[in-house]
Amino acid sequence: MRTVRQTALDVQSGDASALSVLEESLAAIRARNDDLNVFLYVDEEGARAAASAVDERVARGENVGALAGVPVALKDNLCQTDIPTTCSSKILEGWRPPYNATVVDRLLLAGAVPVGKTNLDEFAMGSSTENSAFGPTKNPLDTTRVPGGSSGGSAAAVAADMTPLALGSDTGGSIRQPAALCGLIGVKPTYGLVSRYGLIAFASSLDQIGPLTTTVGDAAMALEAIAGHDPLDSTSLPEPSPSLVAHVDDGVAGKRVGVVRELIDGADEEVVAAVERAIAVLKDAGATIVELSVPEFRLGLSAYYLIAPAEASSNLARFDGVRYGLRVDAGDVTAMMEATRTAGFGEEVKRRIMLGTYALSAGYYDAYYGQALKVRTLTIEAFRRAYREADLLIGATTPSVAFEFGSKTADPMAMYLSDVFTIPSNLSGEPAISVPFGTGEAGLPIGVQLLGPGRSEAQLFAGARVLEIADGRP
Amino acid sequence: MPSLRREDVAHVAKLARLTMSEAELDKFTEQLGQVLEHASDMNALDLDGVIATAHPFGLINVVREDVRLPSLDHDVVIAMAPDAEDGRFAVPRILGEAP
Repeated sequence: MRTVRQTALDVQSGDASALSVLEESLAAIRARNDDLNVFLYVDEEGARAAASAVDERVARGENVGALAGVPVALKDNLCQTDIPTTCSSKILEGWRPPYNATVVDRLLLAGAVPVGKTNLDEFAMGSSTENSAFGPTKNPLDTTRVPGGSSGGSAAAVAADMTPLALGSDTGGSIRQPAALCGLIGVKPTYGLVSRYGLIAFASSLDQIGPLTTTVGDAAMALEAIAGHDPLDSTSLPEPSPSLVAHVDDGVAGKRVGVVRELIDGADEEVVAAVERAIAVLKDAGATIVELSVPEFRLGLSAYYLIAPAEASSNLARFDGVRYGLRVDAGDVTAMMEATRTAGFGEEVKRRIMLGTYALSAGYYDAYYGQALKVRTLTIEAFRRAYREADLLIGATTPSVAFEFGSKTADPMAMYLSDVFTIPSNLSGEPAISVPFGTGEAGLPIGVQLLGPGRSEAQLFAGARVLEIADGRP
Repeated sequence: MPSLRREDVAHVAKLARLTMSEAELDKFTEQLGQVLEHASDMNALDLDGVIATAHPFGLINVVREDVRLPSLDHDVVIAMAPDAEDGRFAVPRILGEAP
């Protein structure tokens, strides 16, 4: 499959039609979707109409946008008008949103062609896509293993060459972790850089939308297209989309790269070795390496698994059988709500709602939620200290390569620990990128993570690009 | 930190409008207890005087001009409801039977 960049160039120049690119994408989906369970819905008709519209504009000599004719997969917690949007939950099965998420509008404006909705852990809660009400997605690189999560379907769509671009959402690592496990670039942008209007909320102070692609340049193109202020999202930063593509080849010469032990130690040996090799590559490219210890990052997991469930318990209160989605009839209105939620939510969602409700309930609020918010402050201050000594930080994205189905499902805490390296950036609202670097067990990809201060995406792309070239993808 | 009891889980389920079977109560008591126990590492910290952060960057809401703009069509929104009556969401009885 062509890259995002090549597709857009070919379509803009008329070397390929958007429709022919789309048909290749649809053929790839048809060939493997039954086995991999990547897409929950494929909008062939709508995609053909969008692709034809792009081709007509090319024929008329119009500017068709930076993502002209690029097929894109959307995580199924992003709303698209009249397209079923489920969050992989029975509680929303069959619901069709009456509006587009802002990112969908921006993609269309840039000439991209949304092809369908991808599987996720229900309401984005999970790290393996095994929590989907519609069955797990398989990792295209090894179908006995998970693709990661919660944006596992989006990662699998790109890894299986179904689309060159997918959007996911990242609350505690849900873009970066599946990107690492599927050998892709995954970006969690600065909080507020990308509008979340039309993203079904999980934890509002943490959620961000970002791209998954096969190249760093593609990720920069996609992020540039979807970023920028949106009056429909009150947490949207008041600035226009930053210039990213132009800085991808800036390199890391003269940059200070902080090596954070807490983002490396505890990972499998092969992962640690990959990070060490990546550090050497950045050093050879002219970066100064600074060893840092940030013990606060170890506490991030505890804070996260109280803050995110607390916000989720509040956000998911809206699913009550009254205005949309599932309703299970029972006696009075309270019984109806309880029956609806009990039937509609899966086990992990219930676990998080329970945890969050407990952490927010009278008598426990200060001991759990209040403490967690203070630890969040410590994490943010720790980042600030680290960025006095370094321009960007490096660590592992995940403790291991893709794991086997069922290996963590019986032990929620073991599953939660797979987010330990990705969570700090969500707590601080700062950007991070996962870039494939080397392989481990069974030839499976390893992800290296670069982290930076707010709005430092351009620098992260430049660093990731250095690693991409060194890893043999010029 | 207080430890999690089975009756706490039953109470929280009620607050969250979820029905739990006896087996689920047992399982959730154990699993949620493990997460809370992991979180007890925060107790070792001296957090007095630390200000709580509810939002990264201490963002303030970005609001637009207070002028009327088109919004979702009323009929479209009502059409999504499991039950509606006269352009309004319909729900089962809220109050008990009259005596």
